[in-house]
Amino acid sequence: MERPVFGTAVLSGRLSERVLSRLAEVLVCCGVLALFYGVITVAGTWLGPFTPAAAISRSPAALPRYAAYSLLRIAVAYVLSLAFAIGYGYLAAYRPRAERVMIPLLDILQSIPVLSFLPGVMLAMIALVPRSQLGVELGAILLIFTGQVWNMAFSFYSSVKSIPRELRESARVYRFSAWQRFVQLELPYAAIGLVWNSMMSVAGGWFFLMACEMFVLGARDFRLPGLGSYLQTAASAGDTRAVVWGLAAMVGVIVLLDQLVWRPVIAWADKFKMEQVDGGGTSGSALLDLLRRSRVLALVKRRAAAPLGERLLLFASRRGTARETPPPSPLRIWSGRAVGVAALALTAYGVWRAALVMAALTAPKLQQILWGAGATFLRVVVALVLGAAWTIPVGVAIGLSPRLARLAQPLVQIAASVPATALFPVVLLALARLGASFSAPVVLMLLGTQWYILFNVIAGAMAIPSDLKEAASVFRFRRAERWRVLILPGIFPYLVTGMVTAAGGAWNASIIAEYFHFKDHTLAATGLGAIISQATDRGDFDQLLVATAVMATAVVATNRLVWRRLYRLAETRYKLEG
Amino acid sequence: MTQPIRSRAAEATGAAMGPAVPQELREPIIQTRQVEKFYAQPDGHRIEVIAPTDLAVYPGQLVALLGPSGSGKSTLLRMLSGLASPSAGEVLWHGRPLDGALPNVSIVFQSFALFPWLTVLANVEAPLQARGVGAVERRKRALKILDTVGLDGFETAYPKELSGGMKQRVGFARALVVEPEVLFMDEPFSALDVLTAENLRGELMELWLNRRIPTRAIFLVTHNIEESVLLADRVIVLGRNPGRIRADFAVTLPQPRDRKAKRFFEHVDHIYKVLTQPEVEHAPPRFGAAGAAAVKTRVAATALPHARPGGIAGLLEILLDRGGADDLYHLADELVMEVDDLLPIVDAAVLLDFIRLSEGDVAITPEGRAFAEADILTRKEVFRRAALAHVPLLQQISKALRAKSDRAMPDDFFYDVLEEHFSEEEAQRQLETAIHWGRYAELFDYDANTGRLFQPET
Repeated sequence: MERPVFGTAVLSGRLSERVLSRLAEVLVCCGVLALFYGVITVAGTWLGPFTPAAAISRSPAALPRYAAYSLLRIAVAYVLSLAFAIGYGYLAAYRPRAERVMIPLLDILQSIPVLSFLPGVMLAMIALVPRSQLGVELGAILLIFTGQVWNMAFSFYSSVKSIPRELRESARVYRFSAWQRFVQLELPYAAIGLVWNSMMSVAGGWFFLMACEMFVLGARDFRLPGLGSYLQTAASAGDTRAVVWGLAAMVGVIVLLDQLVWRPVIAWADKFKMEQVDGGGTSGSALLDLLRRSRVLALVKRRAAAPLGERLLLFASRRGTARETPPPSPLRIWSGRAVGVAALALTAYGVWRAALVMAALTAPKLQQILWGAGATFLRVVVALVLGAAWTIPVGVAIGLSPRLARLAQPLVQIAASVPATALFPVVLLALARLGASFSAPVVLMLLGTQWYILFNVIAGAMAIPSDLKEAASVFRFRRAERWRVLILPGIFPYLVTGMVTAAGGAWNASIIAEYFHFKDHTLAATGLGAIISQATDRGDFDQLLVATAVMATAVVATNRLVWRRLYRLAETRYKLEG
Repeated sequence: MTQPIRSRAAEATGAAMGPAVPQELREPIIQTRQVEKFYAQPDGHRIEVIAPTDLAVYPGQLVALLGPSGSGKSTLLRMLSGLASPSAGEVLWHGRPLDGALPNVSIVFQSFALFPWLTVLANVEAPLQARGVGAVERRKRALKILDTVGLDGFETAYPKELSGGMKQRVGFARALVVEPEVLFMDEPFSALDVLTAENLRGELMELWLNRRIPTRAIFLVTHNIEESVLLADRVIVLGRNPGRIRADFAVTLPQPRDRKAKRFFEHVDHIYKVLTQPEVEHAPPRFGAAGAAAVKTRVAATALPHARPGGIAGLLEILLDRGGADDLYHLADELVMEVDDLLPIVDAAVLLDFIRLSEGDVAITPEGRAFAEADILTRKEVFRRAALAHVPLLQQISKALRAKSDRAMPDDFFYDVLEEHFSEEEAQRQLETAIHWGRYAELFDYDANTGRLFQPET
């Protein structure tokens, strides 16, 4: 079964199996040791006293430590997200009544710009755990969590819902317990979707983490030691050398994460493909092959993991067979009702209080918020148009030429993997030298969003069937005709997907792009993002509430009114079936 | 004709049946009492899938359930096996109602339904794991059954590495490893090529007839008439709209059976006759007294068979080549078509009065002859006349369009009307077929972007 991959294939011819498996042993042990040390060290500082305005060193020697801090935050938030996503998705998939509330809610939660909570969440967490560093850390983790959990939850939910009927019936007719069904059917079936969504989520997590780490609210400094704060400090000080070091470390971490985590995981997830015939080698990972040779891991698997799994399965199977819809026990019915009523009451109370706040809002304030919303909306549109304007021709050129694609894909991937927020201070530094202007937020938004469009355009151009391209050349289409008849309709569904994601990202970015602390002064533009940050800073929670609500409404409204329609058009008219 | 009790041993030796055991003395394994399946529409209408049905499965029987697509074969299988619960009526196992409990059964699926991420061995062990069988015992039983179905040496393979026939062997091994009392099979050979299917059928019969498996009865769902006559002791034929038993008879040919034997052919021919006898239409559900409702009822009273005009023309041309009349079984054999594919075309030709059926024999009508012999444009003309004369849905659509000043109507209107009589999916298919026929007959056209049916200016 093991697919030989470049390194090992060449090596295994010459080196003996034993050398290779020793190498794997050493690697595994070192990895475990390093991880252990890292966790212990970081945990020490987390539980230590809160240090406001943490001094951030600009020395490159401090970078490994900062990178470790950032990585740990991402990892903790990811594990929490994964557990929550599976729980949420499972509940929604199996409880039809809960499903009716949970899925629309997911849709809304997904469209709320998470960063609008950044100021609020940070302040709340510090109030909750006042004297420990843990408060700020929790704030950052919570924010990353809310940024990455929803698409994973939705992915798991829709995977479970789309399990083929006959597989489901097999599990039922052979009397699988709920646990066996989970580990042998639902989790494997959902694995590939979860892996891809995890990658997306973690990439998004970096975006939020950078924002959290360099978060400064007026005079209050909540910076966390990490790559984000390093970059920000370096840029504020105008230290170009440190900026370059920081960016290199950032790219390095992301590339390493890709090579050491995602590649092996994707290669491993290959076996969960639902295909009935072997599709041939699609992805391989030298690291995964090496790990598969490891005797230590094999021993752990044989002696500990396998017997434990067996115990769990047999224990669960003795407790009973899973039902498609479990018979409601009186306790469950009543507790369900209680939760429902409580949720309703809380919602009603919240809406009532919010309504009071909104009613008390003075006209000038409201006007200010609406003006801000208009300005931010305009910026989002400009950023999208600019993004589409350069990515469509470039993306199509890359997608249509396999040679160019081979060259450009890795570069584009690396460029896109750097979270836009990490670049904010660097770009501001450059803009400040040119004379920072009103358009700075647009540039910052563009930075984060253009890649989504580019990736999707490339994918769309690659997906145009070659017989259509050949037909276009047989009929001697001119350039304009080629674009109008073949290319634009071909990439349309992909373009829409890219633009939706990009628009969401742009709204999100506005909160830190329009209000940025740089070199001892604050750059604030007219806009909803700036209003949210300023309101938090002043402790003006009424305004914060209204501004956040307006932003969420704007995003949900554009999703419903614009993107969903375009999606439908893309799905019906411009779908290439093949 | 109804003589459902046959012992396996008697079949195996080919011996004639002894004195008939009175049916009431033999206890059936499964018995249904007026089981019914329907889906309630939001407006209170019921779409009936299975009409109230009484049915019993006795020990030692291999029962084949045969029927055209849409007759609810699979639904009936799922109710008998405890996978689905009936909307009304009861399923009794050994005289006791199921009430959501799972009897000791297995199902072999058309799509194999193996877990692609588990090895062959793990797939076969999974049902034993679910029953709490320990690792050592489990491995022993799984290896034994894999040996029985001829999968030695494939234990560590993943399903995607196997051919279709091998995959279905794994499906059989997984089904048999729990020693089910009744083995259910849902078109188990349909996804396989002809030779592989024949080979697997032979091996299954070998296991069953020689009692190498402890299974007491087999229930096979199929749409292949020859397969049912080849394997079964008893064949049940279902009709559709709603699904109900149209025939239930014993096949008393000795095993192994010879496809070329005269009596084999007679059985197959008999089933064709049953399948093509005009069905008695059940009265559609009643509406309020309004006149509009009466119109609606008439529209949907006749379901359109899902056939294409091109297919109908093809059938008629072949019929013409063979002198204008033929036996349906011959025709199917010649065309290498299964009932599921052939019946809708035959139904459509009958509906349009292009052919007439009697006792499984097909004869072309003068209209049918005109249609088959015409050129492309005349064909459309003939089809249009036949459609307007015999197809209520098309009559109704073109009448409704003519009544409007802009000669256009949204498809939703007709869809809603159809949905009162058919399931959501079937209503959609009915409308699609109607649009296809209407376009061919140039009665109306359809704009997919706006979802409107319209009559173009002429």
